[in-house]
Amino acid sequence: MKLKRPSIPYIFWMVIFTLIPIVLILYSSFTDRNGNFSFESFSKAFGYYDVFLRSLWIAFISTLICLILAYPLGYIMSRQKASVQNTLTMVIMIPMWMNFLLRIYAWVTLLQNDGPIDIMLSFLGIHTTLIGNQGAVILGMVYEYLPFMVLPLYTVMAKIDKGLIEAADDLGSNKYIIFKKIIFPLSVPGIISGITMVFVPSASTFLVAQYLGGVDDIMIGDVIDRIFWSDQNTGSAIALILMVAIFVFLIILNFFGDEEAVAT
Amino acid sequence: MKKTKNDIIVSLKDIFVEFDGEVILNHINLDIKDKEFLTILGPSGCGKTTTLRIIGGFLQPKQGDIMFDGENINSLPPHKRNVNTVFQKYSLFPHLNVFENIAFGMRIKKMPKDEIKKRVKEMLSIVDLKGYEKRSVAKLSGGQQQRVAIARALVCDPKVLLLDEPLGALDLKLRKNMQWELKQIQQKTNTTFVYVTHDQEEALTMSDTIVVMNNGVIEQIGTPTDVYNEPVNAFVADFIGDANILNGIMIDDCRVKIFGEELECVDKGFGQNTPVDIVIRPEDIEIVKPEQAKLVGEVTEVVFKGVHYEMTVMCKGCEWIVHSTECAPVGSIVGMKIIPFNIQIMNKMFIAEKNTFYAEVISSNKEENRITVSVEDCEFDIENQYFEQGTKIAVTLPPSALSIAGDGVGHINDVYIESVIFKGEHNEIILESDKQKWLMESDVDEQVATYVPLKFDFTKAEFKVVEGEDET
Amino acid sequence: MKKLSKIYTALIIFFMYMPIIVLILFSFNDGKTMVWKGFTLNWYTDLFKDSQIINSLWNTLIIAFLASLFATALGTMAAIGINNFKGRKRILLQNASNIEILSPDIVTGVSLMLMFTLAGVAFNFKMGFLTVLLAHITFCTPYVVLNVLPRIRHMDYSVYEAALDLGCNQWQAFRKVVIHELMPGMFSGFLMSFTFSMDDFVITYFTRGASFQTLSIQIYTMTHQRISPKINALSALMFVVVFVLMVIINIKDRKLEKQKVQKAL
Repeated sequence: MKLKRPSIPYIFWMVIFTLIPIVLILYSSFTDRNGNFSFESFSKAFGYYDVFLRSLWIAFISTLICLILAYPLGYIMSRQKASVQNTLTMVIMIPMWMNFLLRIYAWVTLLQNDGPIDIMLSFLGIHTTLIGNQGAVILGMVYEYLPFMVLPLYTVMAKIDKGLIEAADDLGSNKYIIFKKIIFPLSVPGIISGITMVFVPSASTFLVAQYLGGVDDIMIGDVIDRIFWSDQNTGSAIALILMVAIFVFLIILNFFGDEEAVAT
Repeated sequence: MKKTKNDIIVSLKDIFVEFDGEVILNHINLDIKDKEFLTILGPSGCGKTTTLRIIGGFLQPKQGDIMFDGENINSLPPHKRNVNTVFQKYSLFPHLNVFENIAFGMRIKKMPKDEIKKRVKEMLSIVDLKGYEKRSVAKLSGGQQQRVAIARALVCDPKVLLLDEPLGALDLKLRKNMQWELKQIQQKTNTTFVYVTHDQEEALTMSDTIVVMNNGVIEQIGTPTDVYNEPVNAFVADFIGDANILNGIMIDDCRVKIFGEELECVDKGFGQNTPVDIVIRPEDIEIVKPEQAKLVGEVTEVVFKGVHYEMTVMCKGCEWIVHSTECAPVGSIVGMKIIPFNIQIMNKMFIAEKNTFYAEVISSNKEENRITVSVEDCEFDIENQYFEQGTKIAVTLPPSALSIAGDGVGHINDVYIESVIFKGEHNEIILESDKQKWLMESDVDEQVATYVPLKFDFTKAEFKVVEGEDET
Repeated sequence: MKKLSKIYTALIIFFMYMPIIVLILFSFNDGKTMVWKGFTLNWYTDLFKDSQIINSLWNTLIIAFLASLFATALGTMAAIGINNFKGRKRILLQNASNIEILSPDIVTGVSLMLMFTLAGVAFNFKMGFLTVLLAHITFCTPYVVLNVLPRIRHMDYSVYEAALDLGCNQWQAFRKVVIHELMPGMFSGFLMSFTFSMDDFVITYFTRGASFQTLSIQIYTMTHQRISPKINALSALMFVVVFVLMVIINIKDRKLEKQKVQKAL
């Protein structure tokens, strides 16, 4: 009576469109242009270690800023009445529905030389280049992925039983203790999924750095994009390393999350 | 294939069910007569819902046959059985209104529209929901939803209607109403009802036949009067109605000894000096002057219950519950008179004065006077005892030396609580581990059908070396 | 404290909306730079005259519609199947499905491109509409599974049994009862798929071949040539459409919720 059969088409689909492509990436990484086994692609790929580190660094900083900005907002949202909660969720989500490139493009127009912010600053006597540096890239990332941090945090915190907080209040805890003992531990799953949802795309994104950064700010995604069209083997190797790095990161993150959950 | 009697509609033969090695139904035999109201009664986890699901076709037994009208229907899927079910949570289709919910089965059978309309209307009047056709089911009250569920099942004209604790979610008053109404509906439609409940009162009020189940076996089948007045064992006596259940010894036919007092009874055939369980219903005890009765005690509590007073009488270190229309004040000394007919003698469910288990000494320490033994795949230390390594020993413990480990760590873990019966002084608990049954005395009310860690007090134990390999 | 919360919330919202609003504002600017030169609707009329953009819009919508439709069917079936697996097999399947969500878009993109190139040589086809559609179904389906699975798990299983009890075979029970129970999950899975498909740039970019255009690709090409207020006009239009849609959905949701609350009372 319990049917397993309906999942068969999807299993096939995953094999063809997920598994085989990954196997191809693997194959392509370990071969050279002529299809012979070789580590050449990897040695080439490691030539980009600085870009790699930079991407991880930018992703890390962007994730951290998102977390710092989003945590209070998620908390504030979770304490509102239901109708306000819904409206705020919608307000946070709407920019997410705008095309990704258009959102980045908006910042390009804002930050460009002789753009609105530049003009305003020069009125104040500040002359500086706003675009074409790492700061602008990080700004773009934060803007791009902030909702992905807010929503899981809010969802988790909204689920915290109000009775729990009242009980703690009743037992004589002050606000700080309530936060430390109840809200923070219970929001850990939200933090974990927020970090996942921001870090993964920001470490692997391409174009943001091309649009907002300078020549020296390109990220690993941009390198893949640039190389792949001419040298699929090296491109595959970089993509493989990126994927492995991200999965290792996710595994560590989830392990950390489990520990946290056990500890509290 | 054995031919069944004409008036038997469903017959379960030697049904055996297990999930993940746990026995749910242990070789059950049950005949359901046509047009009767049969109730399967038992505590949760006793296998009553499983029995129902087997009749409905939602579950295949591992062994045994289900006969319907004399034909084997083991492999028949639910939709081909002439049986319908009223589910515990009603399980109405939320996207359909009352009319469409009731019409559902007939639409599947592609019955003509006029016919459907006519029958839904009839059904609605039977369940007393005239004019509710267009209502959304989500907007109905619990009782109304219940009636729609019954109508939906009955409109298919089943030979047997299965009801799985259908009144469980209703409040007390509504439940009483619905009990009466269900019985009415059953009589009006002339259908066999198989009703599952854990509520003994519900069972007594509605049924023609009650099947009492416990631990995957049927304890007793009988009319409500039978199971109330002549329970076969302490479990049934305890489960149905209020009862004083006591330990006694059958001296001879018609002579039973309770707390050293010999009383006259009407039961025979238990042999001589046999330990038995005795049930005396609270309303069968007559309060008389102390000198007029053999059993004398002090009233310690009186509660007014409306139709009668419920008094607790301490007699011979035992609490007795007495129902009487006359009140004896707290502190007064009263006599309790019981006529022989009202003393019901039952075989003990588990005959044992003491628990004995066999263990093997797997290591021993002479200096510290300590041994480690292995019993049923569990290992533990026993202090202040010494036996050579490899010795097989028999350990005998009185029921009072057994307890349930409050800290969750027992000597033997995952022991199943089979029954808990209050025997006046304390609870008598029967437990079952992998290899044997245990008798325990406790003042704590334990939850039946749960798994607990069992702990022993070895200071009360007797140890004996067992010669040879024979452990039994 | 309350005031502080309000200010904070307002600041974040300002941060999130300011770029969009500036973009929209300058879509009405009669000049190509970010200096205000007067009001015009020229960029909008230009936009609608641009057959390439209109064509891309159609492509985007068709891909999004077909991909989410297919993903919803595939994902719902998959969820039903997965739910009936037990223990490790089930965890394995769920994780396999989640890999697609967790792995970076760019990796999905290039790996699919590798495969499509090879398959294209083997079966003699070029990347284009079909490969983009297949790629979109691939990354949309896990979201449907994610949305439907909890619905199945929380579904009252006895509703399905009740249907069987009343004479349905398994297929009828699914069609007449179960699907109604799963509908909200399927709907949000469809909606999610639709928006992700509409929004996707990276995976489309790698699987589209030489000539197939979607709106994202079109925007990419346009922004690469830098500054065209036509893009501002397009942004403005898209924003308004999204905004209106979201508000409508939200109001509808709220009405439904109110009804539910009333029912509960």
